[in-house]
Amino acid sequence: MYSEKVMDHFMKPRNVGEIPDADGVGTVGNPVCGDLMTMYIKVKDNKLVDIKFKTFGCGAAIATSSMTTELAMGKTIEEAMKITRANVAENLGGLPPIKMHCSNLAADALHEAIKDYQKKKEAKK
Amino acid sequence: MWRLRKVYMDHGAGMPLDSRVFEAMKPYFMEYYGNPSSSYSSGNIAKEALAASREKVAQLVAAENSREIIFTSGGTESNNLAIKGVAYRNREKGNHIITTAVEHISVINICKFLQKQGFEVTYVPVDKQGVVDLEKVEAAIKDKTILISVMYANGEIGTIQPISEIGKLAQENSIIFHVDAVAAAGKVPINVKEENIGLLSISSNDMYGPKGVGALYIKKGTKTQPIIQGGGQETGLRSGTENVPGIVGMGKAAELAKKEMESEGKRLTGLRDKLITGVLDTIDYSFLNGHPTERLPNNANLRFSYIEGESLILGLDMHGIQVSSGSACTSKTLEPSHVLLAIGLAHEEAHGSLVFTMGKQNMEEDVDYVLEVLPDVVKRLRALSPLTPKEILR
Repeated sequence: MYSEKVMDHFMKPRNVGEIPDADGVGTVGNPVCGDLMTMYIKVKDNKLVDIKFKTFGCGAAIATSSMTTELAMGKTIEEAMKITRANVAENLGGLPPIKMHCSNLAADALHEAIKDYQKKKEAKK
Repeated sequence: MWRLRKVYMDHGAGMPLDSRVFEAMKPYFMEYYGNPSSSYSSGNIAKEALAASREKVAQLVAAENSREIIFTSGGTESNNLAIKGVAYRNREKGNHIITTAVEHISVINICKFLQKQGFEVTYVPVDKQGVVDLEKVEAAIKDKTILISVMYANGEIGTIQPISEIGKLAQENSIIFHVDAVAAAGKVPINVKEENIGLLSISSNDMYGPKGVGALYIKKGTKTQPIIQGGGQETGLRSGTENVPGIVGMGKAAELAKKEMESEGKRLTGLRDKLITGVLDTIDYSFLNGHPTERLPNNANLRFSYIEGESLILGLDMHGIQVSSGSACTSKTLEPSHVLLAIGLAHEEAHGSLVFTMGKQNMEEDVDYVLEVLPDVVKRLRALSPLTPKEILR
């Protein structure tokens, strides 16, 4: 059902965990629906220098979370905001159609984390 | 990838063919291919094979007469014939059907279909262990009730229903009683006479027979009608040339199931209880779904907090263990199992359930292997989950 790449990210997810002093945190999904993910980001000089995630969900949810952190790592805020669900799925060698919308939420979680970072930055000014 | 050992524990989804069943079927593909309706000798051979299989299936469920057995294409068709046949034929008498909230999806969807045609259906709830409340069934009976349909045992959570009691209730109220015994037949003894059963659905593949064959027991005198029209095979209740090799296979499977039920049931119950106890003892925040004792000998449905079933399935598959889940992510509808919701689980709890259904080829070593692998898979997924409380990760 899943591509080899998905299985690889599922079995060996990259960047798992939390960042206690994160600059931004974004959570999307709902355990009632079966998918919940939280992204933590660390920003330096407008770049994402560290990203970590925690995910409750199916194989696709875990793999897309892992792939999103890989795609975004080292990118500028603007570049990271351009990462889409489609990019994530494409880099994983595709996802089963039914998983495209329900479990492919990681890009949204990343964007939420960046918005959180921007809001906090605004508040500090 | 890492597959070390192959452990198949999803017999509820599909069973291997018993080699003795395969042997019995073989001649009916290329040697005895005659149509049972034909009058010449090869037709007669097929006809006799059908009669012998009918007798074996009748014996499995203790039917009085083998003519009360109608062969179908499987459990789903048997349920369709049973429920629609009775509903359409008895419409003059009434339009009310009683069933339960935990029936197989085929029964639920047949009932929904009938509701659109003006039938009224009461879905009786179950308790936390999945057992139907007899008083609620009784309370649901009205003048217009024509059918009560309750499954013998639930294939997902394993719970066995109080069939005899419901059968008695149906008989006292002169209501036709249908039992979906697809998950139970061949695993636990069934006696249609003693249990007052009017119609009983069974499937061949659920007892090591071929896929695509099933049967419906219809007690003599039950008012029903066919749902497939044609050449009038199966006493007019199921037209279409009979699947002779399949039916021969089902007959053999029924014969073997009857003969081996007691010893195999004991063996599987031992494995099941070892698995359940082992999991509950070694994995914190794990729970058994369904009834602890009134359950199918081969079924263990276990729930793990903070994680999701499909990822558990994938994690176990990497170690060669094949099981099933009640999670939405493994379904076509994205809804968690209606059975798990009916026993009162929250959506997130239902998502974290695994169904182990064991079979003939499972040995004690397989259970040991699952008990060795599963705790690590659960631990790994919990470490990934934002829902896991920190204190249980240590």
